Amino acid sequence: MFYRECSNFKDSYASDMAIFPIPLDRWGFIFMLFMAFVVVPLFTSEYFITNIIIPFYCFALAAFGLNVLAGYAGQISIGHAAFMAVGAYASFNLYGRLGLPLVPSILGGGLISAAVGTIFGLPSLRIKGFYLAISTLASQFIIEWVIVHWKWVSGGVFGTIEAPKMFLFGFIPLDTAVKKYYLTLCLMTVLMTFGKNLVRGQLGRNWMAIRDVDFAAEIIGVNLYRDKLIAFAVSTFYAGVAGALICFTYVGAANIEEFNVMVSFAMMGMIIVGGLGTVLGSFLGAGFFVMLPIGINQFLGSFMDVVPADILANIESILFGGLIVFFLIVEPYGMARLWHTIKDKMRLWPFPY
Amino acid sequence: MTFFFEVLVTGLMVGIMYSLVALGFVLIFKASEVFNMAQGAMSLFAGLALVGFLDQYLQLPLWLALLCTVAVMTIWAYAIVFIVLKPLVARPPLMLFMATFGVAYLMEGIGQSIYGTQAKGLNLGIPDTPIVIGGIFMSTFDLFFTGVAAILVIGLVWFFQKTRTGRALRAVSDDHEAALSVGIPLLKAWTITWIVAGVVATVAGVAWGTRLGVQFSLTYIALKSLPVLIIGGLDSIPGAIIAGLIVGAGENLGEVFIGPYVGGGIQTFFPYLLALIVLYFRPYGLFGKEIIERV
Amino acid sequence: MNEKKEPLLRAENIHISFGGLKALNDVSLEIYPGEIMAIIGPNGAGKTTMLNIINGFYKQDEGRIIFEGKKRSKKMKPNRIAAQGIARTFQNLALFRGMSALGNIMMGRTMKMHANIFSQALYWRFSQKEEIEHRKAVEHIIDFLQIQNIRRTPASTLPYGLQKRVELGRALAAEPKLLLLDEPMAGMNLEEKEDIARYVLDANEELGYTIALIEHDMGVVMDICDRIVVLDFGNKIAEGTPEEIKSNQKVIKAYLGEAEN
Repeated sequence: MFYRECSNFKDSYASDMAIFPIPLDRWGFIFMLFMAFVVVPLFTSEYFITNIIIPFYCFALAAFGLNVLAGYAGQISIGHAAFMAVGAYASFNLYGRLGLPLVPSILGGGLISAAVGTIFGLPSLRIKGFYLAISTLASQFIIEWVIVHWKWVSGGVFGTIEAPKMFLFGFIPLDTAVKKYYLTLCLMTVLMTFGKNLVRGQLGRNWMAIRDVDFAAEIIGVNLYRDKLIAFAVSTFYAGVAGALICFTYVGAANIEEFNVMVSFAMMGMIIVGGLGTVLGSFLGAGFFVMLPIGINQFLGSFMDVVPADILANIESILFGGLIVFFLIVEPYGMARLWHTIKDKMRLWPFPY
Repeated sequence: MTFFFEVLVTGLMVGIMYSLVALGFVLIFKASEVFNMAQGAMSLFAGLALVGFLDQYLQLPLWLALLCTVAVMTIWAYAIVFIVLKPLVARPPLMLFMATFGVAYLMEGIGQSIYGTQAKGLNLGIPDTPIVIGGIFMSTFDLFFTGVAAILVIGLVWFFQKTRTGRALRAVSDDHEAALSVGIPLLKAWTITWIVAGVVATVAGVAWGTRLGVQFSLTYIALKSLPVLIIGGLDSIPGAIIAGLIVGAGENLGEVFIGPYVGGGIQTFFPYLLALIVLYFRPYGLFGKEIIERV
Repeated sequence: MNEKKEPLLRAENIHISFGGLKALNDVSLEIYPGEIMAIIGPNGAGKTTMLNIINGFYKQDEGRIIFEGKKRSKKMKPNRIAAQGIARTFQNLALFRGMSALGNIMMGRTMKMHANIFSQALYWRFSQKEEIEHRKAVEHIIDFLQIQNIRRTPASTLPYGLQKRVELGRALAAEPKLLLLDEPMAGMNLEEKEDIARYVLDANEELGYTIALIEHDMGVVMDICDRIVVLDFGNKIAEGTPEEIKSNQKVIKAYLGEAEN
């Protein structure tokens, strides 16, 4: 009832163009920040933080990265997990070998991933659609192979490096779950804010224009080549940072199996279920993906003592697949659109129109 | 030199198997402009079902088990077309593509729920003894499946070029709306294509399943045939065959003669690298139909 | 009447063929600053192809384009040509369907916005100022086209007539030196046609745009255009003022066919 545009007059373009033009949204966002920064670390268990919330944030970043490319710029990538791997290994090497500080290492991992991503984005200048989608799969296999075979990068057997001890600013040890949580949360919040600004600004509009009608975009003055490559760079930057964060704060090691082709596919599923071309959708999709196995486990756990891992995995893939199909048929823009539909109804409630 | 030819021939025989899987993709792409990510899952499911009929649940004779497997794949074809694709008819192709992702997850999940996740051996009673032809060692086993694949490929080409149904399917692939307007029912055409693709997936699943065991990694076989697909062109049947041979021979030669210098395992990415190079020069593959943009 | 002026755009001896079919055969035309010029002709005459060549979507096989006195390189990409000041609309709507009407029109400003990626990510200060400045310009166009109430509506859900109007708005937002309109009134009813005709006239007279348009409705063409070029099967068969064209035998023949005997 309070979710209204009425009596909420805007007297400047600045206020009309704010991220959350409606007050209740703004308060809701502040509430979420309060939950994330105060309530979660104070009142939840270490298990919850490490195994649910941290991977949730990381995958939200990665899903947003893929969303920039697939949802906004319309360039499907089905090899995105490889760029997470690039970010992870790059940041491990920057931190462990070259001795860069922690946060610059993580961001540096993202930048290296962006550089690699831009190279793999080059085919997008010539090829489109499914041909491009498959050629992005090439990045998955080529990168995996290079990481495993380039011993200096991957550090040894089966491409696994243990995480070095982490210190923030050189002296604050990041040893507890809560500290790692704050590192992830801060980076995630800052990067997501930047991301939101990008997709609602001119660059984001250019991307959507390329996605919708590429020749019309070019004829109105969009430099297709430049903006597609920027989309690849931005997208793989986010993937790289997410990969680095997952390895530093969640897994504790960089392992190539953590980023195999199934993860790439799962990320595609995440943004479909969450919502293509929305920031909120990246969060919802990632949250859904992280919570799903835990939810099923809890549910089955109430019927049996030990839930076998394979049954869990099977039910997970059935539900995940079923929901992808469901959303594509019923709500092609995912959970984020459902949420917007609810909000649109609330705007006018109790009147139907 | 003999060794070179041995490597080449083995590669070509593997290549035919890639062609086979790639054909499954091409068929569906031609009929519905959907790039079917579930092709690998279909092979897996067919392999699992066959093992189920053959010795896991029922001890059926081989021919009956194969028949039952094809029947199961037919049920899948109907389910996919009528439950998943029908509501998506007017949507952009990328949505259908993503829907096949969902189908892949569903098939993997359901298949492994019924038949279990452990790897299963599949023995069709073909001896795996090497024979010598023209001074070159070949595995009978490979030879047998090369033969089967070749027959299937010829059969499919015949089906699409000569039969009435085949021609109708090609009409659908050229222009959906025009085909509808001359009275070719779209959904029926799609169902037939998906059944054919199911049969192809069954053969591929059986062939690779006997070789590697029926297990989840069968889905990766489909991924390996993707570069074949784009080298040949997404909508070209001869393209899939020729590209399969090129990739099979290329990766095997590369692995044997270049592999040792770079640490081996180049088979995993070599086809993709080849595909990227081909795409650079020919954005629609070697034989793909170029899309001309109009305003 | 415009003979003394230097043309804004001059197309000289344009040839183009598609797989053996000659779409344009030695066509030359000029567009003078400040005028409304129409390209007319039966279906398949090569009108849209001509526009496509003018804004660089197709490259001519032979001939040259001179814009503002400078010969244009054949390698120039469409977005560079847009930056020189040519904007257009399309015969079969090419709106960005996933964006709102406002977003679509904002796209017209894309060449004029220069905030780099980092300042856009920060948004604060420079990028925000730029967004607001261009939003103001876009709001003027929204007022001009009287589409204030559909600002936030997704383009894909708009009715056809409004989509055409939004597309016109997108082209206007680019503030081009030369505006190309490909059948801006196709498929509209009389009232909508009159609306669009008025916007076109206003854009020409009040905002000073040079306009080249393709249109099948002869009534509208004769009413609003200063000069007409007639194409038939890829050849230019006539050029002149509406009065001259009306009485041109070749034109009548092309449209109505030749009378027996």
